[in-house]
Amino acid sequence: MFTLAELCIVAMAQAWREDDEVLASGMTLLPRLAAGLAKLTLNDALLMTDGENGFVTEPVPVGPRGDYKPRLEGWAPYARTFDNLWSGKRHAFVAPTQIDRYGQTNISTIGLREKPKAALLGARGFPGNTIHHPNSFFFPSHHKRAFVAGEVDFVCGAGYNPERWMNGKKPIGLDLRLIVTDLAVLDFTGPGNSIRVKSLHPGVSFAKVQENTGFELMGEDAPETEAPSAEALEVIRTRLDPHGLRASVFK
Amino acid sequence: MNGSGAADMPLDKRISLDDAVGRLQNGMTIGIGGWATRRKPMALVRAIARSGLRDLTVVAYGGPDVGMLAAAGKLRKLIFGFVSLDHSPLDPHFRLARQAGAFEVMELDEGMVHWGLRAAAMRMPFLPTRVGTGTSIADQGLKTVVSPYEDGEEFIAMPALRLDAALLHVHRADALGNTLVLSPDPFFDELMARAADQVIVTAEAVVETDALNMPANLRFNPFERSVVSAVVEARFGAHPTAANPDYGLDLAHLKTYTETPWAAYYSRFVELAPEEYLEAVGGAARVGALPEAVY
Repeated sequence: MFTLAELCIVAMAQAWREDDEVLASGMTLLPRLAAGLAKLTLNDALLMTDGENGFVTEPVPVGPRGDYKPRLEGWAPYARTFDNLWSGKRHAFVAPTQIDRYGQTNISTIGLREKPKAALLGARGFPGNTIHHPNSFFFPSHHKRAFVAGEVDFVCGAGYNPERWMNGKKPIGLDLRLIVTDLAVLDFTGPGNSIRVKSLHPGVSFAKVQENTGFELMGEDAPETEAPSAEALEVIRTRLDPHGLRASVFK
Repeated sequence: MNGSGAADMPLDKRISLDDAVGRLQNGMTIGIGGWATRRKPMALVRAIARSGLRDLTVVAYGGPDVGMLAAAGKLRKLIFGFVSLDHSPLDPHFRLARQAGAFEVMELDEGMVHWGLRAAAMRMPFLPTRVGTGTSIADQGLKTVVSPYEDGEEFIAMPALRLDAALLHVHRADALGNTLVLSPDPFFDELMARAADQVIVTAEAVVETDALNMPANLRFNPFERSVVSAVVEARFGAHPTAANPDYGLDLAHLKTYTETPWAAYYSRFVELAPEEYLEAVGGAARVGALPEAVY
């Protein structure tokens, strides 16, 4: 038995399986747990931080730590985060508010720019991240307000849209990898890096995913998302998220 | 100012919080140090919110500093990469003002803010970057520059973010403007300091130079004193943001901040003298014991 959150964590962890010695950054709870799972079970070369200014040799459990002390192996001030990401040695798994057919993402404003319907965080590091190193995306709720028709309202993260590239030339490190949602796992392996359904979560049809997406998807024949192994579940439950914070993600 | 170090008049940059606000003017471009909920010069931010200053352009890695100044109607323009309260990320006061179109924005990638400050710090008009390419950031009137070398690549020319003033919170300072930032991350305060015409530091404690214990602390000295214009002692001056290792983030107060309409928050916590503020948020013993937050 496993939960949807656990299924998503395991699916997201796969994103880092083939990476070299890069910084694995998981933003928001489930991607963070997924990065930890990847480091412990799939790829121990990954670099990881404690969420603040230390590189750690093993992922730090989320929530109250009790007597646990992060095992620091290096210093990670924010200036170094930029130096590292500009070098390309990072793979971030982030949680945008909107994504479009190009993989362009938005966390800034919804609606009109001057008087937005919703002001969110601001572009943060998305513009720099998306043109320098691999990125993957998590959406806890797959619907047409997130998977929008046309372009996202404010393009914070670059995507496969040559119209926006400098002189039509692909940015040096643009490399979008995986999208994990409450319905499916998607990737960018369709023609021209278009978005394709890679696997469907148990009980979800391709039609349902398409119905909740504002643009056309490939991958009608996608298999079912692989169930978590007993080992992965054990690591998530006992080492990474002992307080069960992951239960709060899907209502 | 020549000869201020003359023997009969030793260099002394200490001023009061109100005098620090007095050095700012309407319409200035002001950089605020720290990052989101960490080491923000909040005592100074509250003093600005209480003052008659207006039409400010603020450059920041934003947290409640931006939320408060936006809510207080002090902003003409915000130059930023984000405004975040970290644990409960969206600042409702910032959002309301932004959604009402209360000020202009120049929205940048975090690294572009860094780059613009670095350009100003180097007295360069711009620095080239690839960041912004492929996004709406590039649509805000940013110009480009072509590499004169064989590669011929075209870059965005990130303009210098020159500051009239930088407001920074440090752990220790002396009267000369020597400072220590003891937290694990210095952020980009150094670049803000070098990008600014005047630098006002607030410090948890202003001590004798020898008490800075520089032999042990050299690595925590962010910039030389010649960039510092004024020093203000402001114990707990970063509250409710964190000033680790002296005290941690006040999560309970941030909750009050996010849940209280601005007018009520202003009268309960902003329209107060610093001593009154400290009592209103639970007193020195409570704030001094705030633990390090877990991120």
